[in-house]
Amino acid sequence: MQTSTSWRSFRMAAWLGWLIESNWTDPFLFAVYSIVKPLSGAAILVVMYGIITQGNFDSALFPYIYLGNAFYIYVGAVMTGVSWAVVDDREHYKTLKYMYIAPIYIPVYLLGRGAARFITGSIAVIITILTGVLFLKVPLQVSEIDWLLFSVTLLVGIVMLAMLGLLLAGVTLTTARHEGFIGEATAAALYIFSGAVFPLDVLPNWLRPIGFFMPTTYWLELLRRSLVGNVAQAFPTLSNFSNMQILGVLLGLSLFFGIVSLQVFKVCDRIARERGMIDRTTNY
Amino acid sequence: MNAVSSKYSRKDTGWRLFLKTIIARAYPRIIGQQREVSWLLFEVVMPMLAVCSYVFVYRALKAPEEYIGFVVMGGAMTAFWMNVLWSMSSQLYWEKETGNLALYIMAPNSMMAILLGMALGGMVATAMRAVAVTVFGTLMFAVEFEVTSYLQLFAVFMLAMIALYGLGMMMASAFLLFGREAWHMANLAQEPIFLASGFYFPIKSLPFWVAAGASIIPLTLGMDAMRQLVFPSGFRLGFLDVRTEIIILAILSVVFVAVAKFLLAYVEKLAVREGRITESRR
Repeated sequence: MQTSTSWRSFRMAAWLGWLIESNWTDPFLFAVYSIVKPLSGAAILVVMYGIITQGNFDSALFPYIYLGNAFYIYVGAVMTGVSWAVVDDREHYKTLKYMYIAPIYIPVYLLGRGAARFITGSIAVIITILTGVLFLKVPLQVSEIDWLLFSVTLLVGIVMLAMLGLLLAGVTLTTARHEGFIGEATAAALYIFSGAVFPLDVLPNWLRPIGFFMPTTYWLELLRRSLVGNVAQAFPTLSNFSNMQILGVLLGLSLFFGIVSLQVFKVCDRIARERGMIDRTTNY
Repeated sequence: MNAVSSKYSRKDTGWRLFLKTIIARAYPRIIGQQREVSWLLFEVVMPMLAVCSYVFVYRALKAPEEYIGFVVMGGAMTAFWMNVLWSMSSQLYWEKETGNLALYIMAPNSMMAILLGMALGGMVATAMRAVAVTVFGTLMFAVEFEVTSYLQLFAVFMLAMIALYGLGMMMASAFLLFGREAWHMANLAQEPIFLASGFYFPIKSLPFWVAAGASIIPLTLGMDAMRQLVFPSGFRLGFLDVRTEIIILAILSVVFVAVAKFLLAYVEKLAVREGRITESRR
């Protein structure tokens, strides 16, 4: 039975991506790497919080910060993972041109490469949240989780991040010396404007509209609400919006950015092909 | 008249060659890197984004204003740690990947001079970026500094840099033996070091032995001493007193540079023997 080109592209890219992400070392060191890195990032915020609040982990702000930071791991992993596949294949393995002439769909291939980063990101997210629940009194009760809202939100968010990654991948195709920075800079900027670790109200007034235009703001808010319910709704930023309203905004913005991403990738792909950038190596 | 005997051709040896090698290796980092304006932009903007994030976290927590200053200082110093990780430690690995490492080893100069050149160039280039981050952070967040001793501040900074880049030279030698895991090792050494070294908070907040262990990273004590010298309340939040930290940094400087020399010679011999100079294990 002949599988569709899209599914084949995605499946093989995901498998290839997983091999690249995981086979650089033995399983023990890989496990250490997967655990230490995200926990250290979370621990910085935990220590900062602990110093200022004198260890008051019962405040509503703590789960806000902790869960926001935990799920933000997906932003770096998925979004940067899709765009980084261009750098990896073009510069390091020098196989991008072969991917272009193979019977696969390049955008789907790149999304598949991001799938592996989704898996490694999920490991990091789960470990971070488990640590928070077990050792830091994050008030997450399994019986009170809105699983439907959580599942839908997570799925929409991952697709949204993957499409943003595709946009960055398109830009990366046409750049030579800054491609390593593009994904990281975007993730770092979204960290400020998404309300990941502080409410948007902390930002100066003139910067807040940027945050309200980012789909990640609503994504993180919904994830918090689905996991810790009333605690997340205690902050005024989006407290006037119901879950369904926020979900609607998230879907709308995700659709908008998804369409923009596809168009940008299409244009950048054409430019890269016209200028012979697909098989160009720059040693950067 | 041929090229060897012509007016501008002179064969340098000994300390002249050593010095010329340092300058030659430092040149691309000081001059060449500034030619790519976008890199300048990114290398200031990226740390500033991290600074802004942590500043807003402290603002959300209603932290005392000196903590904002700690974040700005920590953000500036992350530039040095990132430079040590990616432009020192990983550099020889990348040189191996691009085929330059064999040329370095074949050339009639000292690998130590090459590493010193990398260190000097990296230090100067990164200092410019750190100053930019400090200036922008100070202006954006109205940070106030009150330096109690410029002499001690200079001593702390210079010793921290020498020790840090000595550590970078040691790591460059070690990374020479790595394959693809080099990138992941460098990646792994970011957040844990930011945490253990107290880039964004006083290390006195950590358990004593954790802070003591983290003091092997020169920036730990360097930043702790600089906080005590630059912020009015710094003395309350210091891990050790400034004089003790200066002495420790001086010891680390000597030890790291000396060990780097021996480690480089040993690893180079090992790499040559095992054929890793031109190996690319992607």
